Amino acid sequence: MVTRGPVGLSAVAQDRRRAAFWFLLPMVVAVLLVAGWPLFRTAWFSLTDARLDEAAPGAFVGVENYALLLRDPEWWNAVRNTLVFAIVSVTIETVLGMIIALALNEKMRGRGALRAAMLIPWAIPTVVSAQMWGWMLHDQAGVVNAALLGLGLIDQPIAWTADPDLALWAVVAVDVWKTTPFMALLILAALQLLPGEIYEAAEIDGLGPVGRFFRITLPLIRPALMVAIIFRALDALRVFDLMYVLSGNSAATASMSVYARQQLVEFQDLGFGSAAAMGLFAIVAICTVLLVTLGRVRLGGAEDAR
Amino acid sequence: MRRIAALIAMLLPLAALPARAEVTLAVSCGSVGVEARLCREGAEAWARETGNRVTMVSTPASASERLALYQQLLAARSPDIDVLQIDAVWPGMLAAHLADLSDRLDQAARDAQFPAMIANNTVEGRLVGMPWFTAAGVLYYRRDLLEKYGRPVPESWADLAETARHIMAAERAAGDTRLWGFVFQARAYEGLTANALEWVNSHGGGTIVGEDGAVTIDNPRAAAAIGEAAGWIGTIAPQGVLNYAEEEARAVFQPGQAIFMRNWPYAWPLLNAPDSPVHGRVGVAVLPRGTGEGGRHSATLGGEQLAVSRYSRHPAEAAALVVYLTSREEQKRRAVEGGLNPTYRDLYEDRAVLDANPFFGPLLDTFRNAVPRPAAATGTRYNQVSAAFRNAVHNVLSRRAEPADALRLLEARLHRIGRDGQW
Amino acid sequence: MSRRLKRQIGRVLFVLLMVAIAIYTVFPFAWAIITSLKSGSALFTASPLPIPPAWDNYVATFRDRPFGRNILNSVIVSGSVVALSLALGLSAAYALGRASFRGRGFLLATILAVSMFPQVAVLSGLFELIRWLGLYNNLLSLVFSYLIFTLPFTVWVLTTFMKELPKELEEAAMMDGASPFIVLIRVFLPIMGPAMATTGLLAFIAAWNEFLFALTFTLTDEMRTVPVAIALISGASSFELPWGRIMAASVIVTVPLILLVLVFQRRIVAGLTAGAVKG
Repeated sequence: MVTRGPVGLSAVAQDRRRAAFWFLLPMVVAVLLVAGWPLFRTAWFSLTDARLDEAAPGAFVGVENYALLLRDPEWWNAVRNTLVFAIVSVTIETVLGMIIALALNEKMRGRGALRAAMLIPWAIPTVVSAQMWGWMLHDQAGVVNAALLGLGLIDQPIAWTADPDLALWAVVAVDVWKTTPFMALLILAALQLLPGEIYEAAEIDGLGPVGRFFRITLPLIRPALMVAIIFRALDALRVFDLMYVLSGNSAATASMSVYARQQLVEFQDLGFGSAAAMGLFAIVAICTVLLVTLGRVRLGGAEDAR
Repeated sequence: MRRIAALIAMLLPLAALPARAEVTLAVSCGSVGVEARLCREGAEAWARETGNRVTMVSTPASASERLALYQQLLAARSPDIDVLQIDAVWPGMLAAHLADLSDRLDQAARDAQFPAMIANNTVEGRLVGMPWFTAAGVLYYRRDLLEKYGRPVPESWADLAETARHIMAAERAAGDTRLWGFVFQARAYEGLTANALEWVNSHGGGTIVGEDGAVTIDNPRAAAAIGEAAGWIGTIAPQGVLNYAEEEARAVFQPGQAIFMRNWPYAWPLLNAPDSPVHGRVGVAVLPRGTGEGGRHSATLGGEQLAVSRYSRHPAEAAALVVYLTSREEQKRRAVEGGLNPTYRDLYEDRAVLDANPFFGPLLDTFRNAVPRPAAATGTRYNQVSAAFRNAVHNVLSRRAEPADALRLLEARLHRIGRDGQW
Repeated sequence: MSRRLKRQIGRVLFVLLMVAIAIYTVFPFAWAIITSLKSGSALFTASPLPIPPAWDNYVATFRDRPFGRNILNSVIVSGSVVALSLALGLSAAYALGRASFRGRGFLLATILAVSMFPQVAVLSGLFELIRWLGLYNNLLSLVFSYLIFTLPFTVWVLTTFMKELPKELEEAAMMDGASPFIVLIRVFLPIMGPAMATTGLLAFIAAWNEFLFALTFTLTDEMRTVPVAIALISGASSFELPWGRIMAASVIVTVPLILLVLVFQRRIVAGLTAGAVKG
């Protein structure tokens, strides 16, 4: 990354750059302290055959674990499940979150109540809400089937979480329920930062509400929207609790995190499990790079900031 | 410090005096409810008698999460827990971290216990867990419905399916459209391993991996057993059973929506609680046997043991507490007050125990002859074996694989996991 | 179709959509409240009304465990984590968003990378670190470890918002000879209000709901946080799930969060930015 600008930087800019170092330092130290060792350790163990239940430290085995991982059909199945889940759920959450944020941004009656109501799903601990949905989706005793039967929409109870094909969609529905508030709130914050007079100008130009949204709002909130999408995608790609509670450890519906956890915790296979975690990391990194590129998120260049 | 502990350990059996130095032991046993209360009362009684102190550590109710927590602590050689309660399939996995309790169980007490429990808890000659209470899969049935249709308690799995189909058809025709025949645990978790082992073993299909470490699962009887179970899904068992654990199955049986249920003994007092819709209308029987040659009744061994962590700072006191908590008197108290199955045979003839748990007597053989999962033979790899097994079975049950093919692939996989029988 | 009618239909559809969203979000919570008032066999039925309501679940939650203490723990941990992340995040965001220097993109990417590992993969490394620091079974261990997921998030979000603010904002202040620190506190802090409140709230809830670290790094009931305390509520025997009690506890801990949101409402949708940015 090359810093742009004239050679003789203004005193302000130079001052700022020196100050930047000190402003960054505490955060960098904190990140290194918290994450440095655990991440280094995972990377190292992925190259050994260490096991948690054996006292002996693992021997270095090179990329053997990775070779095994790439040949395991269950891993690729987990990758596929996770990608489908992440793409579908993040897309729905973005659209739905946008709608809610736009609605909350309007001056309308009941806005406060809606805002508080919207946050409830996000506020219930996942350990609980996943189990709660598990019971609500129970085929015989669950309230979802009872309601649908009562309304006459179905004539046989549906086994939501038992059928591997249906289970993924059940998980998506619960995830959308749980994390749409996250998207909505972040988008709302971005909308709040938009200066009002832009819209006044648009009104004069005769743009309709739809035109206004696509021509003005969306481009302006895009950076914030992309950050929200990136963090949501990071979370979705690492989905664990929901899958684990709703559909168990079944290999058919496992996500990458479920797979990695099974190797690491259940099988105590520190070496191979770490390799799976690194594999997950690599796939998440690729997805992030794609998102950053396609979403034209600028990592550098403060000069471009308005 | 260590020397003092060793000295105490030597002196304790000689003089039955309470240890002079007061120590505090951290005990991790059941969670809230009857189990936790009984454990706490027992531990506190011991503390009073010996002048020591105990603190109770609560752990997650889910067995797999509890195991993960224990493994994390033990791998770090943490002295934070002295006495821990371990599941029937954990001794092999945790053996390296647990103290040997062999010399804490005298011959007379050893002979009076269920041999299956002792065998299950012995790893490479070391007794790593003291049997505390046992459990085995049992068949719950609706006595009223069987009587109404003049049907006996099913003797074989085929009888069960036939009876279920008959009663279901008749009751559904009479308007009870939500009645199902049989519910069990077929979610892809440890419970499915326990259920499927019962099917396979009752057909004479072995125990997945033999005691000598040889993989035995790829045999026609096992395939027949699993194929038969797959035939239940959607006919006598709801499709949803593929995601049922213990409580989901009880949620169908307790409101009266199933004729048969496979579950552990814990469900008995709950099904007979005053507000239970099936209160007084439930019977308990041994699980059906498989048809064909070698068919027998089998039930998977469950239950819990108490173990002493190797990293405990007070191993002698911890072992003494374990001996106290697993004693005959304490087990009797727990059976009477909490319905927990004792591991001493003679307690199944005890009046007080039988009054509280009438089905203990007739099911003595079930508990005594329960089949352990192959945890001892596969040691630290047990979880991998269990996961491979239940995934194969789950694929057959959800009709995505044929039994014979699934078992052939499974056998190959188990050979890889077990490095051809070395484990 | 007249323009007016179209508008009317649009309005009705919009309201219907809002109602549908409200039901989708609120119904499960309402169901949790209903479930929390049931006991015994009633739990296994989908009947809509708990008759008679069993308040015992609520009483038992506080009677059997130090649940009040658990709530306090969660408040302390989540509050400290959020305060710490916002302070570190704001200062870092100021540098990352307002100054240009070599390696900034790399730094942002690295921070993001920390969020790319599955939680379980960093668990045993963090566990070692915490034991080494002597923080095991101490609330500080949670404050420390939660930074791993709150910090990247706050840094990124705040940096993005910071970048979007007009340049003229600080220049005037700089000309007056104010130091960067003063500019940050006097100029940016007030404007970043809604963004800080939103980020803080999201981070707070993430920390409030965290389970795996809390379970692994604390041991005694007095040190547990709310999600772990709830997960540890269990039935009379090993398989039994005391559903009513779990729901009662969940309802109890969700209410403070809703109150928190209501308190922060003003900040989240503060109208003051538009005026301030106008410059």
